[in-house]
Amino acid sequence: MSSSKISIMVVSGSLERLQMAAMVASIGAVSGDQVTVFLSMNALPYFIKGHGATAPAEGEFGRSMEGKNVPPFRELFQKATEYGDAKIYPCSMAMDVLSARGEDLEPYLGEPIGLTKFLTNAEGGQILTF
Amino acid sequence: MPENKVIDARNTFCPGPLMELITYMKQASVGDTLELLSTDQGSVADVPEWINKVGHEMIGSEKVGEVWHIKVRKTK
Repeated sequence: MSSSKISIMVVSGSLERLQMAAMVASIGAVSGDQVTVFLSMNALPYFIKGHGATAPAEGEFGRSMEGKNVPPFRELFQKATEYGDAKIYPCSMAMDVLSARGEDLEPYLGEPIGLTKFLTNAEGGQILTF
Repeated sequence: MPENKVIDARNTFCPGPLMELITYMKQASVGDTLELLSTDQGSVADVPEWINKVGHEMIGSEKVGEVWHIKVRKTK
């Protein structure tokens, strides 16, 4: 099975972008690709324990998805780590801005990393931004 | 003795059916047959693609009424 390196940067807090990022992460991970996800800006608050709420749709498609049985993006990110070997990291800058600590985040997230480490890890592969 | 398992993923959208299949694939034994029921048209193309990529065996797909029956075998 051929595998590739997929580095996914998620900065949006919109439903459509979080959903697409989660789909790429989960499908890539279960297909044997080396997936790394970096959560920052408006995306990170959705991964603080107890947040619960889904993200607001940014357009008509997102509003259509809300009434359908689409796997929730948090569940897909979690499956990316459980069924594949995806690594999901919170951005250390975003953690500082939110005054969040590692234990405040969903347990399938790794330790916070900075952009320098994310970019170093991404070398030689493709970076997708949502 | 290989077992046959039916997975009902009807009315879930991509990538729900594939994730359901993988959930059961992890629990299955080598040689077991899994039959995925799906109403999601995209999964009919995507599931064989995944099966081929990870190296399991695609047995076949058929549409009965509005439901796709996608049969695969765990090979490893």
